[in-house]
Amino acid sequence: MSTQQQEQPEEPESQEAPTEQEMSGLSSPQQTRLQRKQEGLAQREQAARDAEPEEETAHLKVFRYDPEVEGKQEPRFDDFHVPLERGMTVLDALIYARDEFDPSLTFRHSCRQAICGSDAFFVNGSQRLGCKTQLSELDQPIRVEPLPHQEVVKDLVVDMEHFYDQMHSVEPYFQEEDLPAGDLEEQRQTRENREKVKMSTRCIWCAACMSSCNIAAGDNEYLGPAAINKAYRFAMDDREGEDIKEHRLRILEQEHGVWRCQTQFSCTEVCPKDIPLTEHIQELKREAVKKNLKFW
Amino acid sequence: MYEHDVIVVGAGGAGLRAAIGAHEAGADVAMVTKLHPVRSHTGAAEGGINAALRDGDDWELHAYDTMKGSDYLGDAPAIETLAKDAPEDTITLEHWGMPFSREEDGTVSQRPFGGLSFPRTTYAGAETGHHLLHVLYEQVVKRGIQVYDEWYVMNLAVTDEPDPNDRTCHGVVAYDVQSGVVEGFKANKGVILATGGPGQAFDHTTNAVSCTGDGNAMAYRAGVPMEDMEFVQFHPTTLPSTGVLISEGVRGEGGILYNELGERFMFEHGYANNAGELASRDVVSRAELTEVNQGRGVEDEYVHLDMRHLGAERILDRLENILHLAEDFEGVDGLVEPMPVKPGQHYEMGGIETDENGETCISGLYAAGECACVSVHGANRLGGNALPELVVFGKRAGRHAAGEDLGEAEIETGYAEGVEEETDVDLPITPGEAGIEPTGADDVAADGSGQVADVDGVLARAVEAERDRVERLMEKDDGVPHAEIRAKLQKAMTADVNVFRNEEGIKRALRTIRECREEYRDVYVADPSRTFNTDLQMTYETRNLIDVAETIALGALVRNEFRGAHWRQENQERDDENWLKHTMISWNGGKPSIWYRPVILEGEEKTYEPKIRSY
Repeated sequence: MSTQQQEQPEEPESQEAPTEQEMSGLSSPQQTRLQRKQEGLAQREQAARDAEPEEETAHLKVFRYDPEVEGKQEPRFDDFHVPLERGMTVLDALIYARDEFDPSLTFRHSCRQAICGSDAFFVNGSQRLGCKTQLSELDQPIRVEPLPHQEVVKDLVVDMEHFYDQMHSVEPYFQEEDLPAGDLEEQRQTRENREKVKMSTRCIWCAACMSSCNIAAGDNEYLGPAAINKAYRFAMDDREGEDIKEHRLRILEQEHGVWRCQTQFSCTEVCPKDIPLTEHIQELKREAVKKNLKFW
Repeated sequence: MYEHDVIVVGAGGAGLRAAIGAHEAGADVAMVTKLHPVRSHTGAAEGGINAALRDGDDWELHAYDTMKGSDYLGDAPAIETLAKDAPEDTITLEHWGMPFSREEDGTVSQRPFGGLSFPRTTYAGAETGHHLLHVLYEQVVKRGIQVYDEWYVMNLAVTDEPDPNDRTCHGVVAYDVQSGVVEGFKANKGVILATGGPGQAFDHTTNAVSCTGDGNAMAYRAGVPMEDMEFVQFHPTTLPSTGVLISEGVRGEGGILYNELGERFMFEHGYANNAGELASRDVVSRAELTEVNQGRGVEDEYVHLDMRHLGAERILDRLENILHLAEDFEGVDGLVEPMPVKPGQHYEMGGIETDENGETCISGLYAAGECACVSVHGANRLGGNALPELVVFGKRAGRHAAGEDLGEAEIETGYAEGVEEETDVDLPITPGEAGIEPTGADDVAADGSGQVADVDGVLARAVEAERDRVERLMEKDDGVPHAEIRAKLQKAMTADVNVFRNEEGIKRALRTIRECREEYRDVYVADPSRTFNTDLQMTYETRNLIDVAETIALGALVRNEFRGAHWRQENQERDDENWLKHTMISWNGGKPSIWYRPVILEGEEKTYEPKIRSY
């Protein structure tokens, strides 16, 4: 049990809230409220820490940070001992910790079946979906942190704006050339072509790949594996036609596009949907060369 | 304050399609969603989209199957609209690049589904919803439609005329989850609720944690009737430990259900001698639970769904996602062993009363998708009918809200003179009363001075009311956490308003719901932060769940017959003489009343005659 985490909430009661909070426009009743709540939280957290770990518990060390709450402005790890049940996932454990011990523990989650993509965390040093990761396969204590290389908003919640911007930058929508004349007439697509793009269409935008990528970490403009995969999904779809494919390759072969990838496979390794991201990027490089486009 | 022509609340399939529809009709449209669009629960839909696309099939057959599946509680104008619009709206998705599964000739594949007389379920592997959601979002990006993501809509800004039919919706009040700022969104032409289902009212559900019936509750409190809420679909194949859905596509492809004795019970115990595993969902759910209750369940809890005989190739081609789900969430390899399954809450067939154009009785307020009840599903939704519903009615709501003329609606909305009202039912509680301070219509009180509503005033008052409410919740130092109330509510609903129901149990649930209301008076937000305060958001959601759960239980109590998904121990017969009618529950300022509206069985060219529903 860390001592550091116990010290902070025990600041003298009378101390005024720091001046940074004035910048966020908090009036003094709000400051008082903040303080009262922080004390209450500190007590509950203490109680949770003091609770004797039961026989079958999972020990989680969870990253905590809140720019607004005094006791959490300095990032720290909190310990939670969660009763272990068969089949329990990291997400289940976090929900338990939040609902039973500390309502302020904050993380994104929704479908809990690996399709909404909102609960990607850094678990024991690897990007994973919380809902898809069984506690039983992890060494304890289990460290749960926000995705690296992304700005932390609060606790396990990271700012996704940059990721979304990159996704949007590759024109992520179908651009048909010749639609069948009738409203009831579909385009034709071969089974082989559907199979070709199938894996790329499975992306759930969780950003695990982007977070694991060394290049993306050092080059903020790099499109990143998810956005390139999204472009692949369209570029390889025969229904779009050659002209638009060339247009897509031009977007991809730009300075911060496919050529930045150094085939480290970290994106492929962490992808919860098993998308062969690195392979897709390499294939697009080959396509770009074939089209005789300039590269950097 | 933000201002747009059309505001869409929720960005799942229905919301995205509504936004595209409104945009196509020339409106400046914005979406406000508590998630990001690609996180919406439509992504979890697996099975497919029913649409009569092929020779040998036509919209009339689709309409007939849907009416029969609904146990004659669907409204013909709604069902016929669905069946007629579905083919074009499905092909539109293909034109937008949706990666549907394909036949040898490159056309989209279709497969059999429960209750369908033709294999008309168009699909993309066993992840149709994921692709539908992403394709629709791509089209929203393409059109540059404004999305306010991670903004939680707290309430509607509606005028306060005494009769809900006279009220107008001018916008919504929302809360920026990231910053805690509460702001008004003015809608010059209309607000479309597309907030999905309320599955979180139950504790074993296929629904996402975000499915908390927010739209239902907000519309209900603003005066829109909730229609047929007692009809909750329980899906027969969910994983026992989590409620994760195993698509009906497994049975569509030939998957078989076995009990612990290895009996193919759908046939051997005579639950559905013709359709077997492909009987409709209510029939299969009851069959499974009967097996468990009679001691033939595996581990006294579930049954087995076996797809091994389909062969690895076919499974990988059409049901690959199911293998992943069974492995990740139950530790079972579907290629070498059967999967454990049991019924779980899946879909709310009732909802916000709308007409075929998506409009409610409140002017400028629309609803589409699972939160709405235009009444296509009646007492039981057929598999593969939810996705066409959201594209068909999402599009219509968007276009109509944007001002496009879709023709006069045949379905009436709103409380009308001379309707049949329930007066003599023995309720164990006074519904809606106590526990929760009034919001909604009461809070946005216009001054009542005349016909011309003070639009900005209505919105400003609504914003002020929510800012006060947040302040009160945050100020409170101690009390009951929302999680405690939510868990209690979910447990009560699952115990007593589940697949099998009886009067005593439903009344017990209603009393617990009342307790939850009382406890909610003392609810408080423990997290002091304005930054990404999920505690605050879930406190709002829990209140919505209480309101929605109450309408479900009230509907279940008064409907003393057995129809579709609504099974009543006391009454094992469908009672067409007394119950060919919709259950309507109007809140109207905290004074709920229960009344009925006749089912419309008369279609454009033919009238649907209720028949015994057998499979």
